[in-house]
Amino acid sequence: MVPITTLHYLVVAAALFVLGIIGVLTRRNVVIVLMSVELILNAVNLNLVAFSRIWGLHGQVFAIFVITDAAAEAAVGLGILIAFFRNKETVNVDEVDLLKW
Amino acid sequence: MVFLENIWLVPLLPAFGATLMFFFGRKLQKQTVSIVCVGTVALAFVVSCGAVWQYVHNYAGGQPFEKVMYTWLGSDTGHLNYTTKDGFPAEFKAQVGFLLDPLSSIWLLFVTGVGMLIHIYSIGYMAHEGGYYRFFGYLNLFMFAMLTLILANNYTQLFVGWEGVGLCSYLLIGFYFHRKSASDAANKAFIVNRIGDAGFLLGMFTIAWSMGSVRFTDVNAMARSGHYLIGDPVLTAAAVLLFVGACGKSAQLPLYIWLPDAMEGPTPVSALIHAATMVTAGVYMVARSNAVFVLAPAAMKTVAIVGALTAIFAASIGLVQNDIKRVLAYSTVSQLGYMFLALGVGAFAAGVFHVFTHAFFKALLFLGAGSVIHAMSGEQDMRNMGDLSHRTPTTHTTMLIATLAIAGIPGFAGFFSKDEILWQTWSSEQGAYIWLWVIGFLTAGLTSFYMFRLMFLTFHGHPRMSHEVEHHIHESPKSMTVPLIILAFFSIFSGWMSWPHSLGGNDRLMKFVEPVFAREASVLQEQGKAAQLAAGEKEEQHTSSTEYLLMLLSVGAAVVGGGMAWTFYRHADKGYAEPLEVSAKPLYTVLYNKWYVDEGYDYLLTGRRKLGGVRLGTLGLGDASAWFDVHVIDGVVNGAGWSTRTVATISRWWDTWIIDGIGVNGPAILARMLSYPFRLFEWGLVQWYALVMVAGLLGFVFYYAWR
Repeated sequence: MVPITTLHYLVVAAALFVLGIIGVLTRRNVVIVLMSVELILNAVNLNLVAFSRIWGLHGQVFAIFVITDAAAEAAVGLGILIAFFRNKETVNVDEVDLLKW
Repeated sequence: MVFLENIWLVPLLPAFGATLMFFFGRKLQKQTVSIVCVGTVALAFVVSCGAVWQYVHNYAGGQPFEKVMYTWLGSDTGHLNYTTKDGFPAEFKAQVGFLLDPLSSIWLLFVTGVGMLIHIYSIGYMAHEGGYYRFFGYLNLFMFAMLTLILANNYTQLFVGWEGVGLCSYLLIGFYFHRKSASDAANKAFIVNRIGDAGFLLGMFTIAWSMGSVRFTDVNAMARSGHYLIGDPVLTAAAVLLFVGACGKSAQLPLYIWLPDAMEGPTPVSALIHAATMVTAGVYMVARSNAVFVLAPAAMKTVAIVGALTAIFAASIGLVQNDIKRVLAYSTVSQLGYMFLALGVGAFAAGVFHVFTHAFFKALLFLGAGSVIHAMSGEQDMRNMGDLSHRTPTTHTTMLIATLAIAGIPGFAGFFSKDEILWQTWSSEQGAYIWLWVIGFLTAGLTSFYMFRLMFLTFHGHPRMSHEVEHHIHESPKSMTVPLIILAFFSIFSGWMSWPHSLGGNDRLMKFVEPVFAREASVLQEQGKAAQLAAGEKEEQHTSSTEYLLMLLSVGAAVVGGGMAWTFYRHADKGYAEPLEVSAKPLYTVLYNKWYVDEGYDYLLTGRRKLGGVRLGTLGLGDASAWFDVHVIDGVVNGAGWSTRTVATISRWWDTWIIDGIGVNGPAILARMLSYPFRLFEWGLVQWYALVMVAGLLGFVFYYAWR
């Protein structure tokens, strides 16, 4: 049984991050995109928590802040999305081009 | 003194009648209308008689009776102050006042008297006409205006009456306004009178400017004060201008043209307004201004010459006219010419005397003509009359008396007055009037001829009317014949009131008026003497044998004229020949067409006819104004519009291409061009932006990793 090292955590976090990036870049549904952003944030949190094994609790504290921030960001993002849906009746990201020249 | 003090009733009585007619006339019975309108005039006549009676018995030597009611124009506020010609301060002030002196007495009596008779006559004449109350309302209004004119104590009030009679004349000429010719004639009378009125107004203002007053007593006093030299240019101008006014109202050359056309009105109107009363207003006004005229010998001469020329001119036209009323109209113009001739040679009293007698016999002639027209079912052409003498005996007899009177047969009224005029013209000491006497003498012959022509064509010869008309011929009702008889009486005896001195009389009527002109007569005599002395002539004594000879001559002319008419027209049958047409066709044509004066005026003054393709006169002026308007005024307007549009076009081009193009759009285009490359990055797909961010991030990572 191979002991779980910091590297393992980093690999998992990197995988989560890449999955998040791919979700953000490829999905049309804004809800999915927001969920993907949550994945990216959680990948960062995983990194912070993993590194806190080595350098103390600062990383965990920081991760708490990120979680808080993610909650706020999700609330704001979904709020914008609902307001947008009322105007355009769509949640597809490629149809959001009101400011295009 | 009750009548004299209440003389204001004289004009106000008919005014009351007129007011009643205009407000309630439509609802009144014809009988009521007759009683009211004739009644007011009859009452005015009674008051006038009483006033004149009291005047004659209380005022001697032509002393005027003046009663001022109130100040009408001007007050003590000083708004109407002005400076006279000689630099004295004066105030324009017109009163409503009544002046009774021998001159206005005579006018007052015959205007109310003849007016009353004509009112009575109208009851019968207008019995079957529409607008009965309107007719009588106008007649009463006319009486009011005429009496205001006569009794005025100043020029301004006289002018009110003057305009009032002009208005009534217009209304009554156009009484049958549905007939175009009648309304045209009414317009013509009004417009031609307007020219005269302008002269009168200017004359009045000149007098006010020169003398500082328009009140007759003041003007007379000023003129007689010796302040003005004989021949004073301003007074001469004033006198000539006043005479222009008289020419319009009294139908003298060259303004007589309205009077013959005025015959479109009902016949009583022709008798009252256009023969007996209104047209003598000019004579009255000149006689009233005698003090001014005497100071202006040039104006007097003008009056005399115009009068004489008018007399013979109108008489010559009257020779060949066929409309019975037109003959009488030209006769009226001619007789008015006589009156002005008398005034012009300084024989004011003789002129007034002729006005007096003329009022009766000319009113009678017109009323007789009206009676004839009534009998002939409206026919006015003498060619279609004849042989009426025994069918309308009263009309015939009375008209015969009037004809004898106007022809100047001794014993009848016209003889005395006309002879007096001719005698005064001959003997006038201003000299050079012999030719005017010759004209007057010839006119006497012509007058006799055309009047007897009228009589023979109407009452004698063979009947030339249709059987239908002939069947209806009847003598007029009593209300028409009684005035005729009364007027016939006066046509004889009004002349006797001034039986001439040379025939053993005492010139009573002329003696009565003379005080009004007394001073003027002496001035004239001095002038005459001066002229004769200057010419180196010795003073000529006119003996009464000359007077008898002249009398005989003019009676001879009348007899010859009448005799010629008797020769030519006694047996006139259908298609009778006009002797003048047979013997001198061109002259006949010219006379028949009234010397082409109306046509001449149309060519020169009104512009209704074109002279060689060019329109002159009023319409010509209108055409010229229209041309000027279209080509010059409108040209300027259009030019202004065109230049504005051109400027606007340039301005728009400048705005579009320079201001908007270069100034405004230029920077915008520049900015757009410059921004184009940067715009290419803006796809509008948020995930692309994210991809670029990720790529950039990776780029940094790899850069730092491999460095």
